[in-house]
Amino acid sequence: MIRQTVNPFNQDHMATRFFERQSRDRMRNGLAGLICLAAAAMLSASHAAAQDPAAAAAPVQQAANDSEQQNWTEQSRPAQQRVAKIYGAGGLRGLEAYQSGFLVSPEGHLVTAWSYVLDVAPIVILDDGRRFDAEIVGIEPALELAVLKIDATNLPFFKLEKDLQVQWGDPVLAVSNLFGIATGNEAASVMQGSIAGITKLDARRGTFKTPYRGKVFLLDLIGNNPGAAGGAVVRYDGKLVGMIGKELRDSETGVWLNYALPLETLRSAIGDIIAGKVSTKPKEDQPILPRDQSHNLTTLGLILVPDVLESTPAYVDSIKKDSLAAVAKLKPDDLILLLDGQRIGDQKTFTELLRRIDRRDAFSLTIQRGSDILPVRLQP
Amino acid sequence: MTAFRITTFQFTCQLIGVVVITLHLLASQVSAETNSPVVVPKLVQQAEQARIKAINKARPSAVSVFMPGGGGGGSGVLISPEGYALTNFHVTSPAGSYMKCGLSDGRVYDAVLVGLDPVGDLAMIKLLGRDDFPVATLGDSLKSKAGDECMVIGNPFLLATNLQPTVTYGILSGVGRYQYPSGTLLEYADCLQTDASINPGNSGGPLYSSQGDLLGIVGRGSFEKRGRVNVGVGYAISINQAKNFLGYLSSGRIVDHATLGATVTTDPDGGVVVSNILESSDAYRRGMRYNSEILELAGRPVSTANDVQNVLGTLPNGWRIPITFREEGKTIETLVRLPGVHRRDELLTKMASAMPPPPPVPDQPGDKPDNQEDQPQRRRRPAQRPDPNAPQPKAPKPESPKPQPHGPGPGGARKKPVKIPPQAMALIKNREGFANYYFNQQNQDRCFKSLQDQFPAGETWKLTGKTADGKDIKLLLSNEKCVVSLGDRSLELKAKSDFFDAVDTGNDAALLVALDSLRRLMLLGPEKFGETYYWGTMPLGGQRPLRDCMLGTSQEIEHRWLMHPETGALECIEAFADRDTDPAEAWLEYDNGKLTGLDLRFGVESKRKITELQIEFDAQTTSDAAPAKETAAANDGEDQ
Repeated sequence: MIRQTVNPFNQDHMATRFFERQSRDRMRNGLAGLICLAAAAMLSASHAAAQDPAAAAAPVQQAANDSEQQNWTEQSRPAQQRVAKIYGAGGLRGLEAYQSGFLVSPEGHLVTAWSYVLDVAPIVILDDGRRFDAEIVGIEPALELAVLKIDATNLPFFKLEKDLQVQWGDPVLAVSNLFGIATGNEAASVMQGSIAGITKLDARRGTFKTPYRGKVFLLDLIGNNPGAAGGAVVRYDGKLVGMIGKELRDSETGVWLNYALPLETLRSAIGDIIAGKVSTKPKEDQPILPRDQSHNLTTLGLILVPDVLESTPAYVDSIKKDSLAAVAKLKPDDLILLLDGQRIGDQKTFTELLRRIDRRDAFSLTIQRGSDILPVRLQP
Repeated sequence: MTAFRITTFQFTCQLIGVVVITLHLLASQVSAETNSPVVVPKLVQQAEQARIKAINKARPSAVSVFMPGGGGGGSGVLISPEGYALTNFHVTSPAGSYMKCGLSDGRVYDAVLVGLDPVGDLAMIKLLGRDDFPVATLGDSLKSKAGDECMVIGNPFLLATNLQPTVTYGILSGVGRYQYPSGTLLEYADCLQTDASINPGNSGGPLYSSQGDLLGIVGRGSFEKRGRVNVGVGYAISINQAKNFLGYLSSGRIVDHATLGATVTTDPDGGVVVSNILESSDAYRRGMRYNSEILELAGRPVSTANDVQNVLGTLPNGWRIPITFREEGKTIETLVRLPGVHRRDELLTKMASAMPPPPPVPDQPGDKPDNQEDQPQRRRRPAQRPDPNAPQPKAPKPESPKPQPHGPGPGGARKKPVKIPPQAMALIKNREGFANYYFNQQNQDRCFKSLQDQFPAGETWKLTGKTADGKDIKLLLSNEKCVVSLGDRSLELKAKSDFFDAVDTGNDAALLVALDSLRRLMLLGPEKFGETYYWGTMPLGGQRPLRDCMLGTSQEIEHRWLMHPETGALECIEAFADRDTDPAEAWLEYDNGKLTGLDLRFGVESKRKITELQIEFDAQTTSDAAPAKETAAANDGEDQ
C-alpha cells in the first residue's frame, strides 16, 4: 500500500498503479518482470471470481465510486491546453516544418526540442488558436532542449516539479502535434500508454544518433512520430514528467524508439534559462572592436562552408594547418552551436560575435560532431 | 496501465482462444512460487468486468468483409437487424456488388452492395439470410472527447480467417479533426482520431466507445516512414456523419457531399467570413455576401474555416439546414440549401478513376509513397496539410503484409470470375449512377405505396379552400388543364413552359405545378411519371426528423416529395424549375391526420396560405391495383 494519499483524479489508475507496484515488488523478489506481469494479470482474471472482495485492498476500495469511466478524459483537456504547435524551418526532404512544445510559465515560456525547426524564428500556435512569433530564449544542445518565449500572459502552464518519483509502469499521456494533425485551434493529439522502462540511451554508442546522454523514459506508446518532438508526457496525476524526444531509429535494427526525456534531467537547464542565468542570446553589451583588433575566421584559421543561404549554419569546411582552430582540434563538418554560451544560429551571427572578442583573448565554442556535443577552447 | 492492458489482452486471448494455455502455465508456476495470492483491487476487477461487458456487447456486430475468391477484404459493422452494415467505400470498391461477410458467431453470410459515398469513404452493404442480425448501438460522436477510452474491433491484416475479429484498445487522441481531401475525392470532416491500433484491414470496421457504443467507422491512418502498419494514429468517420448519410446510402445511389456555394476563411481577428460566394447559390439568395460572418451552421457554432468544413463535410448533397450569419451588422437566421460538391457526372468520373487499378504484379517496391494511406491498391497524391512548407512524405517501401486487405493479393493473380449465388443476385440491379438500383426500387415502392394510402389515382382533382384574407380559392387539376381561381382572378397552365414559368416567376400557379406532380405521380406511377427515384432522407425546412424524399423529373421540373419517416404522410412537395431560383414549396398541413391546409412558399417566405382545404377526386381509379398501368395508355402526359 504505497500511495493511497492523493490522486483524486482517478481511482481506476490509482488501483492499477497500486497493482503495478505489487508487480514491481514481486519482480524485486527475483521473478522476471514480464512473466510476473503476465502472470499477475492472469491471476487477476482467474482468481478474481474466487476471491473474497473484502480481501481486496481496502483503501483503494474505499476510494471506489462511479467515476470508473473517466480515465484519461479528465486529464486530457488540461494537458492539451498546455501544449502548443510550433512551426519553423523545414518542409524539405522529409523534414517536417513543425514540432510540439509546452508552456512552463504563465508568461509564455515554452519548452521544446532543439531542432532544425528552430533555425528560423518559430511561430507558436496555442491551444486556443492564438498565433505568436516566438523568441528563442536559450538552448541546451546536449539535452536537445530549447526554451522559447511568446508575448502573452495568464497562460495555463505545467509546473516543473521536483522529486516526481517516476517509475516504470506509471501510466502516462503523450500530448503532441504529431504529423501536424492539429491545425489552428484544434487541440493537440493525446495518446495513452505507460513508462515501460527507464534507462540510458548510450548503452551502445552510435546505435542512436543523438547527443543526449542521460536517462530516458521508454514508452509503450507510439509517441515519437514526425512533429511530436517537444510534446509533453503527463503522468496519471496530471503532472508533467517528461518531454517527447526527437525521432530516433536504431541504426542496426531499424526499430524506431519511443522515448521521452525525463523532466528531472531538463529541469535545472530550463530553470536556468528562464531565470536568465544562462542565455544563449547575443550579449549586446560587448562593443564591436576594430577589425584589426578582433577575432575573425582568418585569425582562427577556420574556413566555413560557403555562406550561400540567408541563414547558413556554421559548419566547418576546412582548417588551416597550425592555426588556432587546428590546435583546438576542430575538424571539418563540425557544427558550431555556441560561442561563449551565445547561440550561433548562422554564420553571420558567428562572424559578428567574433568581432566583439579581442584577438588576444581566449573563448569557448560548443560544437556538434556527429551526435556528440563537445566543448572547445580556443586559446591564442 | 500495463498490467491492466495485459489483463484485457489475456482476456481477449481467452475469447479468441489463442495462447491461453501458455499463460495459464505461467500463472500456475507463479502462484506456486509465491505463497501469498495476488490481491486484485476491486476497482481493477470492476474495470475489467466493465471492459469485458463492453467487448461482449460490441463484438457480435463487427463484420469481417472478404472479397469472394480471396481478393482482399476489410471490416464492417452491422447497424440493422435486417443486415444493413456500414463499411468503407475503399473496402467494397474492389469487390463490386457481392462479397462474403463473417461474424463472430462463426458463420459466413452473403452480402450485397447497397449504396456508396465515395467522398466520405462510406459504403452500405446488406448481409443476407437473417432478419435478426446483432446490431451495434449507435452512439453520439459529438459527445466524445479526447482522452475517452475506445476500442476498435475488426479484421486487421485479414487475420479473422477464423471469423473472430481482433480487439484493440486505446483512447481518442482528438475529436473534430478535419483531414484535407486525399487525392481528388476523399475528405474526412469532423472525424475521430485514436491511438487504438488500426492496421490495413481494419478499414470499414467499427470504433466503439468504452461502453461498446458505435462511435465511428474506421477509415484511415497516418502511415509514414514506419511501413504500412499502425503508428498510433488512426482516423474514424464519425457515426454522426454516418447517421446523416444512412438514408442516402440506403437509396442504392452513389451519393455526394454538401458544399455551401461559398468559400470561407478564418479572420485573423477571429470568426469565419465568406471570402467568395456564387451568386447562383441559395446562400446568396438568402442574403449572404462577401465578408458575411458565419456564426452557426446546422445548429453548431463555427468560428474557423475548419469548423465550417467540419460541419459541411458531414452533410449530404441537397440538404437544407439552418444557418446564422452576420451581414452588415444584421444577424440573419435562415435556411440554406446545400448543393453538391460535384456535378453528377463529375462524381462518377472521379469515382471511376479512384477505383483500384488492375491487380499489380508482385509487390513493386517504392510505388506508393502515400502518407494518409488508406487505399493500398489505389494511386493518389499524398494528403496535404495546410502548411505550405509541409513536407512531401517520403517513405521507404513498406513490406506488404501477406494477405492484402482491400485488394487483390500478391502475385498478381487475376480474380477468378465470381459466381454470385442466386439469392444475392436477386438483390443486385445495375444502373448507371447507382451503386445498386435494386435498393432504390425497394424504397420507391415503399414510398409510393405510402402515397397510395393517402392519395387516390384520380384523373381530376378539385381543391377548394380559403386564403388568409378569407377569399375563396379553387384549384382544378386535370390532364387537359390546371387552373387556380382566386376571387375573380384565375391562372391557367396549359403549355409545358407555363409550368416552368409559374415556378420561375413564383406566382400562385406554382401551387398547381406542385400538386399536379402529385396527381400525375398517383395516376401514372413512378415509372411513367418521368425520371423518378428515391433520393434518401433529409430534414424538412431545416428540421428533423429526416424525411423520406422521392424525386421525379418531368417537363424539365424536378419534383421532390417529402414524407414523414414514421407516418409516411406527405408533408411537402418541392418543384425546382431553374437551378438558380428558389423552388416552389407546397407544404401540406394536417389536423389530426386530415389534410386541411396548404402553404406555398418560396425561399423562406410564405406566398399563399390556404385553410379549410377540401379535396375532391374523381373516383375513377382508386383501387390499389396497378393504377399506373391502367391509366398510362390514356395519358400521354406530354400534351398538357
